[in-house]
Amino acid sequence: MNPDVLWRYAPSLISGFGVTILCWGLGGALGLLIGFAITLMNRVRIPPLRWVLRAFIEVFRGTPFLMQLFLLYAGGPSFGLRLSATTAGVVGLGLYSSAYFAEIFRASFASVPAGQIEAATSVGMAPFDTLMRVTLPGALIAAVPSIVNMLIVLSKETVVLSIITVPELMYQVQTMAAETFTAFDAIFAMAVFYWLLVETVSRLGARLEARMTAFLAHEERAA
Amino acid sequence: MKPEVILHSFGYLTQAAATTVAVSFAGIVFGFMIGAAVCAARVSRHVWLKRLGAAYVSVFRGIPLLVQLLFIYYFLAKYGLDVPAIVAAVGGLALSSAAFQAEILRGALNAVPRGQGEAATALGFAGLDIWRRILMPQALRISVPPLINEFILLLKASSLVSVVGIAELTRVSMNIASQTYRPFEAYVGGGLFYLAINLCLAELGGVAERRLAAGSGR
Repeated sequence: MNPDVLWRYAPSLISGFGVTILCWGLGGALGLLIGFAITLMNRVRIPPLRWVLRAFIEVFRGTPFLMQLFLLYAGGPSFGLRLSATTAGVVGLGLYSSAYFAEIFRASFASVPAGQIEAATSVGMAPFDTLMRVTLPGALIAAVPSIVNMLIVLSKETVVLSIITVPELMYQVQTMAAETFTAFDAIFAMAVFYWLLVETVSRLGARLEARMTAFLAHEERAA
Repeated sequence: MKPEVILHSFGYLTQAAATTVAVSFAGIVFGFMIGAAVCAARVSRHVWLKRLGAAYVSVFRGIPLLVQLLFIYYFLAKYGLDVPAIVAAVGGLALSSAAFQAEILRGALNAVPRGQGEAATALGFAGLDIWRRILMPQALRISVPPLINEFILLLKASSLVSVVGIAELTRVSMNIASQTYRPFEAYVGGGLFYLAINLCLAELGGVAERRLAAGSGR
């Protein structure tokens, strides 16, 4: 790989990296928010609402992310929904991941032992307090490993945004490759970069998980 | 909204869906072969084989599939190998899926109770026979439901092979969108096909899980 080429394209590569991180962060945050909202709405037991939410999850988990992006970006204008590529990318990442996050939260809520909730009720805690002080803390901590895992998956999905011309890293690299005829080198560099990114995030995730669940080990030792 | 668009292109979409299923199926089968080899390396006693297997999993799970696909495509072109796009597509899917399948198989092997191997040794089974007759049949049975799940994930990931020019469901939906100027209908049509295939696969997975659970006598 020619260092001159890399130097010349450094500004666009750096801005591409910025866009990648931005889309990943915003998309992930949006997905967490919508996913959590879906789980909370599911706990309010209104059958038609639950069917709608179930269908939402099935559709977003059952179709490829690329297809969802095309539908949003190219199909949106049929309904007067005109989004820029980057906005469509962020919203797409958010909707796609929200279906997975909703399932993660549902499972983590279910993993809180029933005895804890019964105990809270029997010592006279109000339902809202039980939710805020017993169910929610337990559920959120149980969800951490799966959330980290999903965020890693999502970081890899940001690459797909290049197909709808979001100017993220992959898009910039492909532009550079096309203009300088260095496709092989550029893609190789991309592969190394993403591998390092994913490895770093998984290591950090493992550390976060160890830290957040450290008290569980203490409790076990005390017991 | 013109649902006719979907009806008119139903034939194309059906054909494209068959291509999607074929490409994914080839990817899962070749991926299983590579994945079994990687899993064997990971559980072997040889330190360097172990590291090699772990490195394979880390690399192919850590690099986005789209990057892998383009890498293979350009790599072959760089060395003047004029292989059809379908080889790059199936190869990319298989190499990537192999990393996930290797982990599924390793997990399944770990889930076989230790006593099974020990009992076989105590009864005088030879090393290879323990693998062939005791460990592998049980591990394969455990790994069927997660392998079907991996098939669903791969089927969705196969939409990315549209970038190397395979006329599968996503590429054909794009073509229909550009020919009819009806992108919404075209992508809804394509999406419905993906959804239908995946719901069938999920159902198959459920059946497999129930039957295998019944067979294990628990």
